[in-house]
Amino acid sequence: MKPFTKLRTTAAPLTDKGKLMANVDTDMIIPKQFLKTTERVGLAEGLFHELKTLPDGSMNPDFVLNKPKYKGAGVLIAGENFGCGSSREHAPWALLDQGITCVIAPSYADIFFNNSGKNGILALRLPQEICEKLAEQAGGGNSVFEIDLEHQTVTGPDGTDYRFEIDPGRKDKLLNGLDDIAMTLQRAPDIERFEAQRKLTTPWLETIG
Amino acid sequence: MTGKTLYDKIWDAHLVGEDAATGEAVLYIDLHLIHEVTTPQAFAGLKAAGRAVRRPDLTLAVADHNTPTENQALGLAGVRDEAARNQLTALTRNVKEHGIEFFPMGELRNGIVHVVGPEQGRTQPGMTVVCGDSHTSTHGAFGALAHGIGTSEVEHVLATQTLRARKMKNMAIEVSGRLNEGVTAKDLALHLIAHIGTAGGTGYVMEYRGEAIRALSMEGRMTLCNLSIEGGARAGLIAPDEVTFDYVRGRPAAPKGGAWELAEKHWRTLYSDDDAQWDEVVHINAADIEPTVTWGTSPEQAIALSGKVPDPAQMTDPIKRSAATRALDYMGLEAGQRIAGTPIQRVFIGSCTNSRIEDLRAAAEVAKTGKVADGVRAMVVPGSGLVRAQAESEGLDTVFSAAGFEWREPGCSMCLGMNPDILAPGERCASTSNRNFEGRQGRGGRTHLMSPYLAARAAISGVIG
Repeated sequence: MKPFTKLRTTAAPLTDKGKLMANVDTDMIIPKQFLKTTERVGLAEGLFHELKTLPDGSMNPDFVLNKPKYKGAGVLIAGENFGCGSSREHAPWALLDQGITCVIAPSYADIFFNNSGKNGILALRLPQEICEKLAEQAGGGNSVFEIDLEHQTVTGPDGTDYRFEIDPGRKDKLLNGLDDIAMTLQRAPDIERFEAQRKLTTPWLETIG
Repeated sequence: MTGKTLYDKIWDAHLVGEDAATGEAVLYIDLHLIHEVTTPQAFAGLKAAGRAVRRPDLTLAVADHNTPTENQALGLAGVRDEAARNQLTALTRNVKEHGIEFFPMGELRNGIVHVVGPEQGRTQPGMTVVCGDSHTSTHGAFGALAHGIGTSEVEHVLATQTLRARKMKNMAIEVSGRLNEGVTAKDLALHLIAHIGTAGGTGYVMEYRGEAIRALSMEGRMTLCNLSIEGGARAGLIAPDEVTFDYVRGRPAAPKGGAWELAEKHWRTLYSDDDAQWDEVVHINAADIEPTVTWGTSPEQAIALSGKVPDPAQMTDPIKRSAATRALDYMGLEAGQRIAGTPIQRVFIGSCTNSRIEDLRAAAEVAKTGKVADGVRAMVVPGSGLVRAQAESEGLDTVFSAAGFEWREPGCSMCLGMNPDILAPGERCASTSNRNFEGRQGRGGRTHLMSPYLAARAAISGVIG
């Protein structure tokens, strides 16, 4: 996993009629027809597909990521409960493929939040009113944001710093790009001990498969 | 010492260790269910790292998400969609390479992963169950800690038979009294989600408790736990009781003889202690619940069948108002109109929420009373080959076919529309599935979630009601 340290980039606000969109679900982030891949890459095409295209298949010029200004945006700003719905990890893969490595929202659905961390995406939480303020700034002439994970700050285009909270364990994993499986495999003796005990306490579970 | 919740007990019993640096626990997984859509990248990751599957015997594979619901006997050659066929081929290859039991498309035991696990007796009380699918919460109906995971976690479980997890909070959903006649677990779930909101359970494990829950069949309990994720909770739980034991007993993977005695003794300890500490308690009065349907594009946008579509202008919360305005526009509905009487063009009876035998029996009772209305296309997709066979042995297929419903082969089908079963833009569907998101069942498609009973009624009358 690629470590996340600092990011300096434009931020794209995901809005509907000027309001930050709440409950952006994973079907919206990456619709079903793009889940038939066996790869983790190449999913940017499907990202927000039904928002970014018109029913005739052409690009929707009004969708934020289609606007020239936000083409290279590395941050997405959205409303509460971002990523609700399906467990599809294609959602963070599609964001990554688009070059988005940070999401700013008031809250996230649990599975999406977990999945983004596993892919080195910083899903950070700031209160609704600050998200709205940042979205407004992102729409202005200068929309360059700076995200500093070490110091837990988002610096807006106006130069104001907003501090965000993050669990120290999650922060450490993101900063260092730690590999979960390698970490757990170091505990193989613990797993073996557990399995030996499990055979004694719940023996019926051993002969199930 | 204060008591423990059921979640606390299962958590503690599966704790392999704790990682102080990351704040994570390493939790042992008793059952890992896998399917074709969320695993190819996990197997590729294992291969790239030269890792093996630690416990193929605790892993079970099915093909369900993108399988067509007709001509399954043709096998993979009958799958016209090349990308879907590639995924199914990859799963077939991966399970063979790693010695994992697999029920392929077309075999009697195949079906939707959350129907198959319980049906085979693989899902048992007190277990930890994971799957790369958010509706894994279904298995919580057995008093198992069950939740969806992403593909990175699938790879982690394959490699280590453990999951790195953080303890969630405990929420009690107390449902007092009895459900009214004609009110099902689906209505209860939608009512609850409308009450707490689609993110109301975020960060929690929900335990459903009370008289109304005890009175539910296993099928009803599975429907309820299935929908926990639509209320934001990754996992739902119901403490096991006689209903649970009766369901599990005699199934292929259920313990037998002395092992059963031992298991049942353990299972009887799986309940929340009277002095357990809850982080949140929600009270629902069962008698208040009416047949319930969704009107919008989030499962929380649900109302009683007798109700009217809400008016965004009356909503005080600006976020809810904005979401409702967008939803009404997408759904083609007017604020204040009665939801009953809204014409539908499609009906879908199926999905991991409502495709079990009890669901099909309820729908068939309605189907006996008439014919599918003109201009309506109605599909019944059984949850598994075994559910389909059971229904056929009861003559339900004949009832459905005579009434003009299509009797299909098992799979996830139109719940998520990864296979050819999708809505056309603007089509309105009475659906027994779990998500009414924009585009979920097909771009521009309009989904109203409801029980199998109500969906079958909509098929016959051509309108919601």
